[in-house]
Amino acid sequence: MISTTEFASIARLDNGHKNREVDLAAVDEILDSYKPLAPHALIPILQDVQEHYGFLPEAALDRIGRALDISTTRIFGVATFYNQFRLHPLGKHVIRICRGTACHVKGSAALLDTLEMELNIKAGSTTKDGLFSIETVACIGACSIAPVAMVGDKFHGRLTVKDIPRLVKSLKREDAKGAAEKAVA
Amino acid sequence: MFKLLEPCCSKCWHSAEKRCPDVVYCALHGPQCHEDAACSALRKERKDRASGDLLECPVVHIGMGTCGMAAGAQAVYDAFLAEIAARNLSVDVMPVGCYGYCEKEVLIDIQLPGKPRVFYANVTPQLAKRLVEHVLIEGKCASDIALGWLGNDGVVMPEGSDLPRITDIPFFKPQLKIVLENCGLVDPDSLDSYIATNGFSALTKVLKKMKPEEVIAEVQASGLRGRGGAGFPTGKKWEFANKAKGDRKFIICNADEGDPGAFMDRSVLESDPYRVIEGLVIGAYAIGAHEGYIYIRAEYPLAVARLKRCIADAETAGLLGDNILGTGFDFHLKLKMGAGAFVCGEETALIASIEGSRGMPRPRPPFPANSGLWGCPTNINNVETLANITTIINRGGAWFAGIGTPGSKGTKVFALTGRINNTGLVEVPMGLPLREVIYEIGGGIPGGKRFKAVQLGGPSGGCVPESLLDTPVDYESIKGTGAIMGSGGMVVMDESTCMVDVARYFMSFVQGESCGKCIPCREGTKRMLEILERVAMVKPERNTDDQLRRFDGAMLLESLAHIVADTSLCGLGQTAPNPVLSTLKYFRDEYEAHLFDRKCPAGVCRGLLTYRIDTSKCTGCGLCAAKCPQGAILGEKRQAHFIVSERCISCDACRQVCNFGAVLAE
Amino acid sequence: MPTVDLTINGREITVEAGTTILQAARLAGFQIPTLCYLSGLSPTGACRVCVVEVEGARTLVPSCAFPVADGMVVRTHTARVRAARTAIVQLLLANHPQECLTCVRNGDCELQTLTRELNIREIPYQGERRLAPVDSSSPAIERDPEKCILCGRCVRVCQEIQNVGAISFTKRGFQSEVAPAYDRQLDITSCVNCGQCIIQCPTGALREHSSVRKVWEWLQDPNMHVVAQTAPAVRVGIGEMFGAAPGGIYTGQLVTALSNIGFDRVFDTNFAADLTIVEEATELVRRVKNNEPLPMITSCSPGWIKYCEHYYPDLIPHLSTCRSPHEMLGALIKSYYAEQYGIFPGNIAVVSIMPCTAKKFETERPELETNGFPSVDAVLTVREIARMIKTAGIDFLNLPPRDFDNPLGTSTGAADIFASTGGVMEAALRTAAFYLTGKELANVDFRDVRGLRGIKEATIKIGDMDVNVAVASGLANAKVLMDQIRKGESPYAFIEIMGCPGGCINGGGMPQGSNVETVRARMRAIYTIDQTKVYRRSHQNPAIRKLYEEYLGEPGSERAHHLLHTTYMARERS
Repeated sequence: MISTTEFASIARLDNGHKNREVDLAAVDEILDSYKPLAPHALIPILQDVQEHYGFLPEAALDRIGRALDISTTRIFGVATFYNQFRLHPLGKHVIRICRGTACHVKGSAALLDTLEMELNIKAGSTTKDGLFSIETVACIGACSIAPVAMVGDKFHGRLTVKDIPRLVKSLKREDAKGAAEKAVA
Repeated sequence: MFKLLEPCCSKCWHSAEKRCPDVVYCALHGPQCHEDAACSALRKERKDRASGDLLECPVVHIGMGTCGMAAGAQAVYDAFLAEIAARNLSVDVMPVGCYGYCEKEVLIDIQLPGKPRVFYANVTPQLAKRLVEHVLIEGKCASDIALGWLGNDGVVMPEGSDLPRITDIPFFKPQLKIVLENCGLVDPDSLDSYIATNGFSALTKVLKKMKPEEVIAEVQASGLRGRGGAGFPTGKKWEFANKAKGDRKFIICNADEGDPGAFMDRSVLESDPYRVIEGLVIGAYAIGAHEGYIYIRAEYPLAVARLKRCIADAETAGLLGDNILGTGFDFHLKLKMGAGAFVCGEETALIASIEGSRGMPRPRPPFPANSGLWGCPTNINNVETLANITTIINRGGAWFAGIGTPGSKGTKVFALTGRINNTGLVEVPMGLPLREVIYEIGGGIPGGKRFKAVQLGGPSGGCVPESLLDTPVDYESIKGTGAIMGSGGMVVMDESTCMVDVARYFMSFVQGESCGKCIPCREGTKRMLEILERVAMVKPERNTDDQLRRFDGAMLLESLAHIVADTSLCGLGQTAPNPVLSTLKYFRDEYEAHLFDRKCPAGVCRGLLTYRIDTSKCTGCGLCAAKCPQGAILGEKRQAHFIVSERCISCDACRQVCNFGAVLAE
Repeated sequence: MPTVDLTINGREITVEAGTTILQAARLAGFQIPTLCYLSGLSPTGACRVCVVEVEGARTLVPSCAFPVADGMVVRTHTARVRAARTAIVQLLLANHPQECLTCVRNGDCELQTLTRELNIREIPYQGERRLAPVDSSSPAIERDPEKCILCGRCVRVCQEIQNVGAISFTKRGFQSEVAPAYDRQLDITSCVNCGQCIIQCPTGALREHSSVRKVWEWLQDPNMHVVAQTAPAVRVGIGEMFGAAPGGIYTGQLVTALSNIGFDRVFDTNFAADLTIVEEATELVRRVKNNEPLPMITSCSPGWIKYCEHYYPDLIPHLSTCRSPHEMLGALIKSYYAEQYGIFPGNIAVVSIMPCTAKKFETERPELETNGFPSVDAVLTVREIARMIKTAGIDFLNLPPRDFDNPLGTSTGAADIFASTGGVMEAALRTAAFYLTGKELANVDFRDVRGLRGIKEATIKIGDMDVNVAVASGLANAKVLMDQIRKGESPYAFIEIMGCPGGCINGGGMPQGSNVETVRARMRAIYTIDQTKVYRRSHQNPAIRKLYEEYLGEPGSERAHHLLHTTYMARERS
């Protein structure tokens, strides 16, 4: 038989194991801000956690599940249902191609294809070097300058397929310049 | 903070703790509990300042909604501030929402004291400098880039100016603005600015003078129908929720606008958030709810930030929370952010999402009016619907019912986009023919191309062909064409648009957004998409089996579409086949051209294009051969290249990289 | 109760208000097919197979979820309805592996039946199929996601009835799956192996991790002494596997069949159930006297035990330390029996035939070994043993009955009722009363703890003592009682918990396709057996008395502890 105190030490042990990957202090803080905790706070909590980490770390899901008394699997079910949530970190530059109707009619599918070919990844994934992620959005609402892409929070409107390699190049140049400046400093 | 609500003298006893129900009336019409000319004058002056009728210095209003920002409004704003600071001018620069003419973004207007507001289109930081010199310093009008002017009674352009009223230019003339009346004109962050437009007088009237049943009767008299798509009468909906038994009731504003190509709700929430909040409180009172939510897409950060602030300010001002306006009515409003699921626009899915679950719809009945959020009676209205309420209360249901057609009253806001000259957010009276929206307001098709269709209702809607362009904008007429009114996306297509591709596009969208719960939607839309992809030859046929599938599938498309429509659990699945059915109905010839002639008449479906190199233009640079993933391009250096068509997979890579326009796709 | 008049297929009928179209149609004698429908839980309306035509409705409506209304006109099998059902099943088949012939559910698959009934002869839709590997990581449950039709019955049972949530819908749309978080293998989740998901699965997507092949190998090995033991619930469930009506009692046929298959001995787990009562009642009396943690909670249900280890590790001290009956019997077979008959325990294979999948996991617990050997070597579900009997060409229903082998084959009625929720409690009370007062009870029927209610409470007068007891079956119900204990508000001295709703008669290893009526019939059979037994109090079992005299000494002795008791461990929840 096992006593309660022994259990506590086991709990500490496996928390320690999971903490090795990410520091969950922020998750605890977020959970605290939603007290008294109830399952309906799940989505806002996930939104806050993603806001902090940039994605939803696996250990965070376990921690949230314990706090809300719901299974990690159920949380995972919620996290994989909504487009907003991601289980992996995003690249440094996130290029969002608008796939709204107006943009589609003005050729955004070709933009996306070109970008995918240029970076050699599919929409929804990140390059191996962690530099670029491609995402699609249903409609940014910038239909007047369709077709549109967003890099970070910057809009690029009235794009043609020829602009895509240039866009990627300029982002790479920016990075190289940044790195060089850092080296000099 | 809220100057308009502050007491005028010691006789006015209104305070945050002890609230006077008349405070909004006093702010708008002078003190109600005492007569004092000085107080009246003070109140009027405050109001005029808030409304912009009384200016001490020039004001530059910059449209900084999402569309404006996309067009570079931030840079224009910064440029104005810099120029003004450099010249040490006394000028206010005020960000406002969207005035609706997206094509002309960055759209700004400048108002000099005592003069009308003059709108300038396509403003850039460079133009900002000119406008500062020309307009702000010299007091002139930069008429070459001016669109028009707008002024209250008695404020007109000086004689001799041939600048039209902004409401008289073709883009605005057929429009009638109710929902959008304040958009782009008021400071969306300012409660004072909203109150000065008669804001919260409808709520005051409702709470002070009307019983919930009277409010419902007024809305019923207006004939207002839900603007989210289905067009259910709003008054009736409120009546159901009002009569539903339950100690706890909820009202929810559905701002989960997900149609690709629709941004009406976002614009309203960004540009005039208090109007929606006021409508929501009135609705809450009508059905007896004391708790409410605005369920908004997280993809609308600006609207979210604005609403957060407005809700907090309205609480501070006693217009939300306990004992609203001292009338004893309590209503607590919370913001809930959607996490990106189109299906959450469906009421029961939205409720599941607020409850913290996967946003999967459930069968109805029970309807949310009886058993909604946490099993309590719940009423859900769309943003645009709620934005109509204040006007209906203020001007009366009968007035509202005087606009539109017998079955569809009032106005409808559309996001007019696509292959059209004037993209923008437009509000037209019900009954206006589509042709007028597209050719008068929209200014027709650019580049001399031919109109082909207008898509209404997004993924749930359909394409209306040229022959039906005289269809009036009303629920039933549009439904008759196979499209739906929808939430207001209006995407114009011309001869360069392939209708098979459009059907495929929407099917791909719906398929990606299907929640996966019911079989017809989960499996059926996938098969429909695959059939369409085969027709459009997204993947090359490799053998006769593939060819057979292509034909077999096409034969099944229509019957499968009907099954999916007839058996799906929720509106998403039930309407998912509409884009296919409507294009099949009006553009069957395009399907046949794809299927039998293996041609895409619009030249969009790449799988049906044959690629070749124009040897007269090819310089033999070899770029295309290097890019070709199939090794299908051969040729010697500095010699014309050619494409081995058997190997070509029509990926279009060669055509995209060619700097000489030598790669042709036909 | 207000009533509603409606017309179904031209027949006018009157039903209670609030009835669904499906229920009304069934009352009227019209069979509407269903897939996702799960009686007892609110309908999800997901599969759309039960759609019917209602006059005035725009689309077809799901009969399982749609309440009847006055004057409603329903048609259940029109051309439109048939076309819809056919298309829906065809859509499912287009995304389903075409391996029916070798599927474990071949012949009793709901999708197969539906396909047959709709007379579907082709699958017109072609395209991408969801591909996913089989997860055989768990010793109890195998997941074959490709066969999953996403009806969600398992998810609802796992989440709503069992409150475990080891599986959930994940992802969305065509990519939707029923899976654990991060597609983790089932063995590292907090799945408690109760197998309720299997009972509900209409196809072969969820099934037990089969031990049939292993058992056949032992049976063919002349060096192995293969011993079968059968749990109380098996005898009232196995007949259904051969087409008998639910509620039939087939104890003797089962023993004969096992013997015919080639088991060297067929013992009765019931014997160990009596032993459990003697040990457990002794433990309860000790806890009451020594002020040890109360309430004491039963430990016969391995699904419940794993649940407690995951979710209430702090309350482990409340668990009775008694091993579950088949583990006790296994321990005795490998010690007492082996010694008596001079068989090397390593050459004995103990095969437990159980209504349970959790016991497949339980046998792998190292703490349950006996002298270095697993107490039980394999667990077969009722379904598995029935398949073996069929393979052996045995005409089960017409077999001559036979008695269990001795020395471990005698039992009392108290052991039989272990199969049903409340049974362990009732059996324990029969013996505890004797231990506490020294007098036999006149009336041994404790009706308050019988029946299918999820939580049952009773106050029992034993001597001049009022003993509060509670019985829960189904883990969501267990949670209610456990939360009470955690808060320090539990008024009970003794609690019986069974992992499966209704107890072992509705266990995860029982025949599939059961419903409340089936379970009731099994329950009636169980109490009938109890009524007809000579002895109905465990402590009166002469074989048990002999066992203590010859081998174990006193109840609760050191040897008894070594062989019949166990320890538990805290487990992480996920």
